Amino acid sequence: MENLINIFVRSIFIDNMIFAYFLGMCSYLAVSKTVKTSVGLGIAVIFVLGITVPVNYLIENYLLKEGALTWLSPGFADVDLSFLTFIVFIAVIASMVQLVEMIVEKFTPALYNSLGIFLPLIAVNCAILGGSLFMQEREYHNLAEATVFGLGSGVGWFLAIVGIAAIREKIRYSNVPAPLRGLGITFIITGLMGIAFMSFMGIKL
Amino acid sequence: MKRLRRYVDRIKPHFQEGGKFEKLHSTFDAFETFLFVPDHVTEKGAHVRDIMDMKRTMIIVVLATLPALLVGCWNTGYQHFLAVGETYGETVNMWDAFWYGFLRVFPIIVVSYVVGLGIEFGFAQWRGHEVNEGFLVTGILIPLVMPVDVPLWMVALATAFAVVIGKEVFGGTGMNILNPALTARVFLFFAYPARMSGDKVWIGGLLDGAGTVDAFSGATVLGQAAAGMENFSNGLGLEYGPMQMFLGNIPGSIGETSTLAILLGALLLIYTGVGSWKIILAVFAGGAAMAGLLNLVGSDTNQLFNIPFWQHLMLGGFAFGAVFMATDPVSAAQTEKGKWIYGFLIGILAILIRVLNPAYPEGVMLAILFMNVFAPLIDHYVIRANIRSRLRRWEMRAQ
Repeated sequence: MENLINIFVRSIFIDNMIFAYFLGMCSYLAVSKTVKTSVGLGIAVIFVLGITVPVNYLIENYLLKEGALTWLSPGFADVDLSFLTFIVFIAVIASMVQLVEMIVEKFTPALYNSLGIFLPLIAVNCAILGGSLFMQEREYHNLAEATVFGLGSGVGWFLAIVGIAAIREKIRYSNVPAPLRGLGITFIITGLMGIAFMSFMGIKL
Repeated sequence: MKRLRRYVDRIKPHFQEGGKFEKLHSTFDAFETFLFVPDHVTEKGAHVRDIMDMKRTMIIVVLATLPALLVGCWNTGYQHFLAVGETYGETVNMWDAFWYGFLRVFPIIVVSYVVGLGIEFGFAQWRGHEVNEGFLVTGILIPLVMPVDVPLWMVALATAFAVVIGKEVFGGTGMNILNPALTARVFLFFAYPARMSGDKVWIGGLLDGAGTVDAFSGATVLGQAAAGMENFSNGLGLEYGPMQMFLGNIPGSIGETSTLAILLGALLLIYTGVGSWKIILAVFAGGAAMAGLLNLVGSDTNQLFNIPFWQHLMLGGFAFGAVFMATDPVSAAQTEKGKWIYGFLIGILAILIRVLNPAYPEGVMLAILFMNVFAPLIDHYVIRANIRSRLRRWEMRAQ
């Protein structure tokens, strides 16, 4: 249990997808204009990460890894399908995003319209694929750890996009030099937020 | 004084529209309002909550930092003389200590003001707005959070970074999201970690060759606690007890050591209404709560767990951060309820980083920076909640 909490806290604050790895920047920059839509996208990302990471964990461990197929028959012990990792992970992610899109369109059409193209684009959001690949690389021991890692990464991403959306709403009244308006100042703010998030780096849990 | 006024009035037309020096208008205006009470008040900017001219607000903060600055100067000299083996009270007296410290601190202040104001004036001319007085405060806060032995070029670099990236790219005073003084400190902390932590940097005059007495330890109390020591001392038989922590004759950044001097400043800030007492109180409450909790948990390996919670509040930059940094009206939460949340979380995070993060023996500046980032979000939700409750009240009445 303690282990799970550690993974959760780590993935939110210390290994934050945006501020530690700068993954998933495109939708983070594009959709963070208002708090409301960024909350919507953030929840979608939490959902997608929370499902794809454990699903990919199962696929990785019971289908793709070298010797993963031994549960079918001992003869498969030397079969290694890990060259399929990327394409299978992406396929899982794409189908999950499709699911999210259908749910959002059905229940909150307003949010669906304001997210626009960025909702289907979650499929190519680097944070999502990054989540699955980190899961593979860090070798989590069981399904629960992978799930908690996925959810935590999603929450970290959610926190980042909602935080910057609030700042962008606030600095709408600031007198930003013309060449920096829009994306330029957003990059600078992201850097400054990254400095603030560095306060957690080095914490050993 | 009258003659000065007449002189200012005489040259004024040159700086107004159509005059010879029209471009230098904001420079002129800055000096005029510096010398005389202006006939106009600050109107724009996210920070305006009062009909005061901003310069008056800022000068009160500068006054409030004076006790910490004076004690800081004295303490700089005091620590230096202890380190080189003089006996305080016999071979050197209070004035020697103060004078030595003053000579070390004054150049840092000058560099910070010259660089910061230079950039500030440059931006004002270039962008055609008034010179922002915000730097009056930032310029004094930057030296106060520096270690004594910081090289001057680093002060200049950090100040330039803080003013340009931390403030001017957002449009100047009142529009930034992070506290500029903290930005400067954090910039140095991450860019030059070796010069910003360790045993030697906290005592003036040790890096440039002067020898120390044997067994002298210049580490800060937090540094010693992080290294696992149970009793804190300078190695020469002077223990750092609660009284030392309160009065401030312990090693540390220039302005942060004396809790007493900082509290004097806090009284002025609260009395004049410039600093929010809610934030100060909430930061201390949050810190005490978190440190008390960690006291209860306890730890055999990490000495920082066992420092009594009330001592945590007097150590390092906690009091300084709570009084002068967290209350910055621009980067703090703006709503009244938000201020409580903002302050409380700063206190919790500061102690959490300090105790649990072995990489950083001090967490206050990072905690404040972190909450600066999330202050707009807190405000956003406080305002949403307010709107919702008012709507509900209105609907109730309509029924």
